[in-house]
Amino acid sequence: MNWESASHFWAMGGYGFFVWTSYGVTAAVIAFELIALSRRMKRARAQVKRDVALDRIESEKRGRA
Amino acid sequence: MLSVFMAVLRRDLLLAWRRRSDVLTALGFFLLVTSLFPLGVGPEPDQLAQIAGGVMWVAALLATLLSVSRLFESDEADGTLEQMLLSVEPLAVIVLAKVCAYWLLTGLPLVLIAPLIALQFSLTPDETLIVCASLLIGTPTLSLLGAIGASLTLGLRGGGALIALLVLPLYIPVLIFGAGAIDRWRAGLEVGSNLALLAACLLVALAVAPVASAAALRIAQD
Amino acid sequence: MSETQSSAARAPSSGFSLFYYASPQTFFPLAGKLLWPCWIAAALLTLAGLYIGFFVAPTDATQGDSYRIIFIHVPAAWMSMVVYLAMAFWCAVGLVFNTRLSFMMATALAPTGAIWAFVALWTGALWGKPTWGTYWVWDARLTSELILFFLYCGYMALQAAIDDPRRADRAGALIAIVGAVNVPIIYFSVKWWNTLHQGASVSLTAAPTMATTMLTGMLVMALAAWAYTIGAALVRVRAIMIERERSTDWVRKLVSNGDSKA
Repeated sequence: MNWESASHFWAMGGYGFFVWTSYGVTAAVIAFELIALSRRMKRARAQVKRDVALDRIESEKRGRA
Repeated sequence: MLSVFMAVLRRDLLLAWRRRSDVLTALGFFLLVTSLFPLGVGPEPDQLAQIAGGVMWVAALLATLLSVSRLFESDEADGTLEQMLLSVEPLAVIVLAKVCAYWLLTGLPLVLIAPLIALQFSLTPDETLIVCASLLIGTPTLSLLGAIGASLTLGLRGGGALIALLVLPLYIPVLIFGAGAIDRWRAGLEVGSNLALLAACLLVALAVAPVASAAALRIAQD
Repeated sequence: MSETQSSAARAPSSGFSLFYYASPQTFFPLAGKLLWPCWIAAALLTLAGLYIGFFVAPTDATQGDSYRIIFIHVPAAWMSMVVYLAMAFWCAVGLVFNTRLSFMMATALAPTGAIWAFVALWTGALWGKPTWGTYWVWDARLTSELILFFLYCGYMALQAAIDDPRRADRAGALIAIVGAVNVPIIYFSVKWWNTLHQGASVSLTAAPTMATTMLTGMLVMALAAWAYTIGAALVRVRAIMIERERSTDWVRKLVSNGDSKA
């Protein structure tokens, strides 16, 4: 085991700032990408559903007329 | 093929002659930008001589970028481009002719005016010669690569900034070899290898750029 | 047009055919199936890699614990290059075989590649400060990575500026391929430039002195990055398929049936 205690672990031998900013920003960027992806997927599906619904209304109108 | 080349070349030169102000824009830009640097960094001759190569190269690069986006614009506007695409002659040759004309109008004047700027930056005659030689071999590559960007961004909104983003990374080797020539000279090293590398870049660009640019034009007008 | 293409691709002839999956319609469910294995592999490998990196690998004799940044820095740098090559490959396939899916793959890969390039730059700077005493040096590798990042940006900006997806695909493909041809030239020119301007030539290669556990941790993290990249690209390509083909029957059926969540 490399670390005597949790505080030793967070200090990273004095390089804590550099190590944790690196890991933190990487995690943040990846989290951002995942959120953006899931939002994009949802938006795309919603768009298709809207299109289908609009088409149904159109065709119903045409059927009535 | 040669006759098409000559015909397009002559046409573009003639058109430019009738609208001379367009040609002068790039040249004026080059002069202005290089003149701004001494005002920005101070007039010490030693310092100026040290940055001269880099400044002139970056200015040449930006001047090319500024004007190259209009390479196919007027042809697209008046329908000439469509005729070129329909022509039985290879489009790459037509593009090459256009780039040649473009270089003669914007690249060559930069090379010719460079000694004057070298004077302002207090370069020695030998150094001036090297800068001019590197510009002479390097600027055609800039024009050729710029043509790819110009044809890709033809008719797009925000074309100017976009072409910079697309083309500037491709310019980096030319910039390094071109501006490096004078640095090597000042460091007492031989400069032949730099000029040879610049020439190699030019040959690669000559082989690739007209074909790529022609393909991009077909994509744009599809 | 999509009808004829998909019906040609729909016939799974004798044995396994790659071209069977060359149409969005057949690839979409396959991508969906591959998704969870990718996410699980990415998560497990990341945990394993971080464990090795922080608890098994010893403190470096010269760099102290700051070297632990390489467990993300090196995989990110590798991925940024691999993804660009993969992108250029799909672009070339698309231009040669005229397959929509290849272009979609290239488009889907670009943002993830750009993210890796950004991460490589960011962690490189933070690693450079304790090791070299400065956040940025014009080292050949850092400079090339920066240019690679610009190439990604150019590709994405060009695609974003073109409304017609067909033109966007092809124009993007062209610049991606031209960029890929240029990457080695850029790398060697920068390296050469770097040797001329001495001073920044700090060797990044710690490989020979590296303990095997460090190397293992790095490789495990690299595999995690692979799994994550494939997963992210698959999700994005599925979103692109729905967006682009949203007026086709198969997308409409798929969405209204609520099939395979992502």
